[in-house]
Amino acid sequence: MNANELQGFGLHMLNRFASSHWPDTLKVRKPFEKLLYTGSRTGFQLVGTLSRGFGQKGSKLDAKQRLPAAAKGVFDLSLSDEQQMMRDTLQRFAKDALRPAAHAADHDAVFPVDVRSQAIELGLNFYAVPEALGGMAAEQSVVSNVLMAEDLGYGDFTLGASILAPMGVANALTRWGTKEQQEKYLSAFAEEIPPLATFAFNEAVPAFNPNQLATTAQRDGSGYVLNGEKALVLLAKDAEFFLVAAQLDGKPAVFIVEGGTKGLGFKEDPGMGLKAAETLKMRLENVRAEKLGDNEFDYQAFLDMGALAWVGLAVGTCQAVMDYTAHYANERIAFGEPISHRQSVAFMIADMAIEIDAMRMLLWNAASLAEAGKPFHREAYLARLLAAEKSMKIGNDGVQLLGGHGFTKEHPVERWYRDLRAVAVMHSGLHA
Amino acid sequence: MNLENPKKFKMLVDQAHEVAVNFFRPISRKYDKAEHAYPKELDMLASLLDGFNDGAAEAPSSTALGKRGASDDNSIKNGANMSAALGVFELCYGDTGFLLTMPRQGLGNSAIGAVANDEQLKRFKGKWAAMAITEPGTGSDSANIRTTARKDGDDYILNGEKIFVTCGERADCVVVWATLDKNLGRAAIKSFVVERGTPGMRVERLEHKLGIKASDTAVINFTDCRVPAANLLGNPEIDVAKGFAGVMETFDNTRPLVAAMAVGCAMASLERIKELFKDHLDADYGTPPLNASNIEATIYRMEAEWEACRLLTLKACWMADNRQPNSKEASIAKAKAGRIGSEITLKCVELAASLGYGEDELLEKWARDSKILDIFEGTQQIQQLIIARRVLGKSSAELK
Repeated sequence: MNANELQGFGLHMLNRFASSHWPDTLKVRKPFEKLLYTGSRTGFQLVGTLSRGFGQKGSKLDAKQRLPAAAKGVFDLSLSDEQQMMRDTLQRFAKDALRPAAHAADHDAVFPVDVRSQAIELGLNFYAVPEALGGMAAEQSVVSNVLMAEDLGYGDFTLGASILAPMGVANALTRWGTKEQQEKYLSAFAEEIPPLATFAFNEAVPAFNPNQLATTAQRDGSGYVLNGEKALVLLAKDAEFFLVAAQLDGKPAVFIVEGGTKGLGFKEDPGMGLKAAETLKMRLENVRAEKLGDNEFDYQAFLDMGALAWVGLAVGTCQAVMDYTAHYANERIAFGEPISHRQSVAFMIADMAIEIDAMRMLLWNAASLAEAGKPFHREAYLARLLAAEKSMKIGNDGVQLLGGHGFTKEHPVERWYRDLRAVAVMHSGLHA
Repeated sequence: MNLENPKKFKMLVDQAHEVAVNFFRPISRKYDKAEHAYPKELDMLASLLDGFNDGAAEAPSSTALGKRGASDDNSIKNGANMSAALGVFELCYGDTGFLLTMPRQGLGNSAIGAVANDEQLKRFKGKWAAMAITEPGTGSDSANIRTTARKDGDDYILNGEKIFVTCGERADCVVVWATLDKNLGRAAIKSFVVERGTPGMRVERLEHKLGIKASDTAVINFTDCRVPAANLLGNPEIDVAKGFAGVMETFDNTRPLVAAMAVGCAMASLERIKELFKDHLDADYGTPPLNASNIEATIYRMEAEWEACRLLTLKACWMADNRQPNSKEASIAKAKAGRIGSEITLKCVELAASLGYGEDELLEKWARDSKILDIFEGTQQIQQLIIARRVLGKSSAELK
């Protein structure tokens, strides 16, 4: 009997068993007690991180900051000079810092400290903070943010997600936060070491619907109290605060929960991929929280912004799959010529090119509408729907094209296969 | 960055939409049933369009497609390629067959626009031109055509058989691909404008087809057909380096338009199926696909694929308008729209059950019309080859 089966037993049965003569008759009391110890240890015993004490310093605002919508002209797929410069920088970063670190990070299931510090050095978080709070953001830049996701995703899906998660929290505070929340939390992102913050949305339910949450919120004085359990929380162990989704009066809302708050418990929640993001399950037992935003808050738009970031990562990673497999197919000889000369191989790669561009167009359209302040839910919905399907097909074909070699860890395609499955599963977790 | 339809084309789109709804749809079934009857109603429409074309600064007609007429300053343009696609979306939403038989909008007109010299441009202005490439034994491998053109004094003598000539019977003239010398491969292939009624050119028959029945698809025989040398489009010298390429270039601009046809045809099916299921669908897309009914999820998935086709088509057009080489993107648009077009139109028949299968609705007709769009102007498989060669850096000799 292993620890899992034991947990399934239930305390009631345990009680009955322990108080009976059977453990002694069967001579299993000592081993059993050891199992119990192990069993309870695998509960939500992991300790998170204490927050830094937000709101001690930081600027004071006259009013909540909102970035103005971007003006649009003709149909135009070109990038601004600034966007192009950012792309050049991030593409170099992805190639030099992310891709080389990805294999080990995935293997060790650890977000490397030096990748985090290099990302901070790039100053990416400043793009998420309005000027009034010490940042660089002057107008909405959802398109730039999804381009960023593409470029980071090209380096590595999970390292990209791990870099984008805290930035996403900053984006969320900029878009939705009240004046007080921005002063208290958003300003910290303009500091030398910005906080590591993350989202807790997914719940361990099949066909999870983010509009029907089991985690609940109840009013308690001036704040709220949260109860429930979250799954696949990225970087939860080191997060100084969380944006948590919970059902309030029958409707979903988002709450700010500081790390170290009483009632928070964590346990490991390793996934098929996203290994380096150190995903955890998070339990909330009467955890104090404040509600994010005011009556302008739009939960669906919040989710959509997350979807756009995941789709961005997916597009970038799929581009990596295509480039890698095209190169391999040109080098690999079988039956006297490169396998890329066979239509079945070549067409799989052509289809990758088609679907990557298809996903990219839906993504850019949604992002462009979002930053123009126009309705974009339908476009984000369709982009996520398409990307969930096509990105997994590309991940799948990526392994197939390398044959047996694709199945081993000597090549990155098996990691991309595992990571890309997350696109269909993750809700929020990021925010463009 | 902005992917919304340009405001300046709103009127064009609205007008094309009106034509589709008020002109095309009411007679759609009539000409689907009366295959090869000439849709005389379209003549009046064509005159209207001629007026638009002549009045517009940048006409969406074939002469503007391609390299001519593009502006020289560096600002981003939404030009004739994009407006043509936007118009085609709406017209094929109306009836794909009718678009193909619109007077003076033939594929031959694109070839003339791309390759003709100035004298020829003037001489053939206003003529409706079909294009004759395919032969019974040669389709995708167009460099292998067997129709010959032999120089004789100031003329060329054409001999051969062409099939699948759209507007082959109705057009004023036919642009015929023929080889000056079978042994010299593609460099020897030229195109000749042959006016209707030229002795030696005969329309043998019109094909009976699965769909686009309003469009006449002709078999044309050339038996010692004498054509003036001045009708050889462009440059008569056999130039190994670039002879074939000139006419092939036309396809870079027409491929996105075929993609646009598929987008428009599928748009009709998608709109109708959403109407039929309006009580099943959440107009706000509020339910994640996994949690929606099969019908809803199927429709949303089709809509996502359709949006991708639409935007990929506009991307290829945008690149052409801004003088960016777009061969790969044109093929991506055509490959995607070609296959998704039929996937959608067929699925909508299935969803609508006997309503979709029967002739009270147009759904089954759209499912028959859409199939050709994945075949002509370069099949799905040829498009995939073109894309693959680009991505892999392979020549046609290496990746067959």
